[in-house]
Amino acid sequence: MLAAEPKSCGISVGGSKARCGAHSGQGDLPPAIWDKVKKHPCYSVEAHHHYARMHVAVAPACNMQCNYCNRKYDCANESRPGVTSEKLTPEQAAKKVLAVASRIPQMTVLGIAGPGDPLANPDKTFRTFELVAKAAPDIKLCLSTNGLALPDHVDTIARLNIEHVTITINMIDPEIGARIYPWIFYNHKRYSGLEAAKILTRRQLSGLEMLSARGILCKVNSVMIPGINERHLVEVNKAVKSRGAFLHNIMPLIAAPEHGTMFGLKGQRAPRTSELKALQDACEGEMNMMRHCCQCRADAVGLLGEDRSAEFTKEKIVTMTVNYDPEARKATQAGIEAERRARIMPRQEEVQEHAGGTSDIKVLIAVATKGAGLINEHFGHANEFQVYEVSQSGAKFVGHRRVDHYCQGGHGAPDDLAAIIRSINDCHAVFVARIGGRPTSELHKDGIEPVDKYAHEFIETSAIAWFSSYLEKVKSGEIQHVDRGDGAIRQDPMMSVA
Amino acid sequence: MPFKIISSQCTGCSACETECPNVAIFEKGGTFVIDPKKCTECIGHFEEPQCVAVCPVDKTCVIDTSLPRYQPPA
Repeated sequence: MLAAEPKSCGISVGGSKARCGAHSGQGDLPPAIWDKVKKHPCYSVEAHHHYARMHVAVAPACNMQCNYCNRKYDCANESRPGVTSEKLTPEQAAKKVLAVASRIPQMTVLGIAGPGDPLANPDKTFRTFELVAKAAPDIKLCLSTNGLALPDHVDTIARLNIEHVTITINMIDPEIGARIYPWIFYNHKRYSGLEAAKILTRRQLSGLEMLSARGILCKVNSVMIPGINERHLVEVNKAVKSRGAFLHNIMPLIAAPEHGTMFGLKGQRAPRTSELKALQDACEGEMNMMRHCCQCRADAVGLLGEDRSAEFTKEKIVTMTVNYDPEARKATQAGIEAERRARIMPRQEEVQEHAGGTSDIKVLIAVATKGAGLINEHFGHANEFQVYEVSQSGAKFVGHRRVDHYCQGGHGAPDDLAAIIRSINDCHAVFVARIGGRPTSELHKDGIEPVDKYAHEFIETSAIAWFSSYLEKVKSGEIQHVDRGDGAIRQDPMMSVA
Repeated sequence: MPFKIISSQCTGCSACETECPNVAIFEKGGTFVIDPKKCTECIGHFEEPQCVAVCPVDKTCVIDTSLPRYQPPA
């Protein structure tokens, strides 16, 4: 049986039925599509272990208001979309891209994602892409937009060879849209209520169709807002799938009162992990879901879940000497690809050998990892845990949990430990490279098994091996299988770790 | 001559700058300001003042009551 079998997306891309980007290998993706996604950390779950992306904040202006966004709020210590600490000119941005590309050779993707809407700032956005394409043609260009201005810019997007576009689509029903968007600015006028939502959904869907028709890969982001659009997102999923979207990323609402967003102030609650997963599972069928989204900042730099933006501030970039060496970058990336072929693909076959059986038990496990698909992080050093759903058909990546370092400054604060445990409370086990005595006993007390025997080994194989022994223990009566509780999705600001 | 930007409210996002038909808006110290000599309240260009319509933060682009209202040419 195949491990975490990729599902067919049912979309015709480039004339052939394609499978989606969110699975671990090429699957039966046509080579041209695989080529576009294999080094894009957001479009390929496997790539995100190896390749990094960066955002440049050149687009501060926006053409609409969302109830989950507060334009007044800007904090260097916070990590969420729309937040940035400094704005760059296209020239500064291009220099920053080269500086990062020279120091992080596995940085393959430049995205422009705000902090406003890149297409509400078309001059700055496209000028930045032009400068980067000229200086570093090997970097993939990627754009994220609310879609309101999208139909006007599709030709430019195609001309500049921007291969990846993300559109945030939270509704296709204007009645629901009116509860999410107080107003839009369109054709020199401010529209509100139903009228605004009607214009927005029409523009978003036609923009998506136009991009798909040109063979540009589109990812759709949707914010899951309990009580407003959670059931409706299944309809959104169908609508975007039928218009050629390649990947759907349903993200949990972030709305703590201290963010000062309309939803935060009104006490709109965020989804629970079980609700988010159930919705993602319900939408997964013909089209794969993105589960590894970290909801990163508009100026994030590095691997997903690792923010190195503090190393590349405007101030530091001015003094940096940039030595952009495309050959060295190519060599590093060729090394990564060789490693993927030599070590990871065979591991996946191994997973298949271990897998197979009749038990319908499924459990979630949390993994402390620095990337490359390995269990290679200490419990106390983890910024995030990757969550896998393990069953006899394999180990499937289903999400991230952001946490603060438990060991900041070398000693763990009890509150931090409790918060970490809350965030992975739906997991049966946590896989780590190393773990201290107190967290071990606290985890045991809460019914989560700390597992350090697979330190520095591959996640999927280890998960399957552990799961087999778990099932044996259940069978022999040594332990009883019980369902776990719910995990908490963090709403409070993540401290920047530089 | 009448619109002004309350600088403590301004996030410096630049949305107003590109919409102003009179090119009356420019950046100053991280936020944006309106040149009162150039502002025509968008009269003759658009139905509503563009800076107000596009500004993402309410009560940021407001009428400057200390100055006389713009009088369109007869």
